[in-house]
Amino acid sequence: MLHILAQSLAQTGTEAGEFLDGLKAIGAGLGYGLAAVGPGVGIGIVVGNAISAMARQPESAGMVRTTMFLGIAFTEALALIGFVVFILLLP
Amino acid sequence: MNLEFPPVSHLFDWPTLWLDGTPLAVNKTVLIYLGATVVTMALFWTAGRRRDSLVPAGAQHVAESGVNFIESSVVMQTIGPEGRKFMPFLTTIFFFILFSNITEVIPLLQFPANSRMAVPITLALLVWGIYNVIGVKRQGLLGYLKNSLFPPGVPKALYVIVTPIELVSTFVVRPFSLAIRLWANMVAGHLLLVTFAILSATLWDSTYAGAAVPFAMLILMTGFEILVSVLQAFIFTILTAVYIGGSMHPAH
Repeated sequence: MLHILAQSLAQTGTEAGEFLDGLKAIGAGLGYGLAAVGPGVGIGIVVGNAISAMARQPESAGMVRTTMFLGIAFTEALALIGFVVFILLLP
Repeated sequence: MNLEFPPVSHLFDWPTLWLDGTPLAVNKTVLIYLGATVVTMALFWTAGRRRDSLVPAGAQHVAESGVNFIESSVVMQTIGPEGRKFMPFLTTIFFFILFSNITEVIPLLQFPANSRMAVPITLALLVWGIYNVIGVKRQGLLGYLKNSLFPPGVPKALYVIVTPIELVSTFVVRPFSLAIRLWANMVAGHLLLVTFAILSATLWDSTYAGAAVPFAMLILMTGFEILVSVLQAFIFTILTAVYIGGSMHPAH
């Protein structure tokens, strides 16, 4: 399929460099989007469980909140690595 | 209507202003860091100097509630009472990172200094050095390696998998994830604000009313970025405390 795409691009006079830049942009966008899926679900689980813990035992809210931020920080690191790859891949 | 979005590197590279070509070259990022250092020092100097009023006000109030916050929600939650001797270090790190992040939303500056990698990675390597030295001091070299590479309570056969993972995550990945977390959050925030600012400016040029939506988003995002600046400073501090606490009290 890429071969056909390349042929049709060649007919319209698109340079190979531009074609590669376009592929890089698609890869960067897809990569960041996929990297955000897992951490999105993960942060949701962390925060949801922290909220139910706080609702059950409001007196432990301080400790739960600190641990929740830790959990978010560790989960978020994956999304941020995806974001770094996105910036590195930008044409 | 032509939307001209500058390439990413143009948003983060600043021209050298002074001492060009030397290792001491000064640009906007360096000036913001110098400003953040001076503000942090001035805050605690003025707060510690005046002891004439019983009710704290102004700088003294900010400094005292900052110290109190670090003690109650960082040190006590992660290290315990023994961790009080790290209070000066943790409080300084918190306020320095906060002041160099918050320039992201201060008008006329509007650049988070921590969106350049140099200082975050330096701070992270400093933290890495500190927790390793503490671990070796408190548990001895062999004890520290044993406790961090062979966590107790794991079935013997699993050490084949666990030990390499622990080796990489404790001694290699930790400083980088600490630095990248701060840096990437600031880069993302700056890009977000720039995007909405450019959208507002472009739409204002063509249709006046159309700029209302991105401008409202810009204001909303500015508020969100204030939250992110404080949160990232807090997370860097608390992770530092967790790492120090982990090498002070090994898991039993």
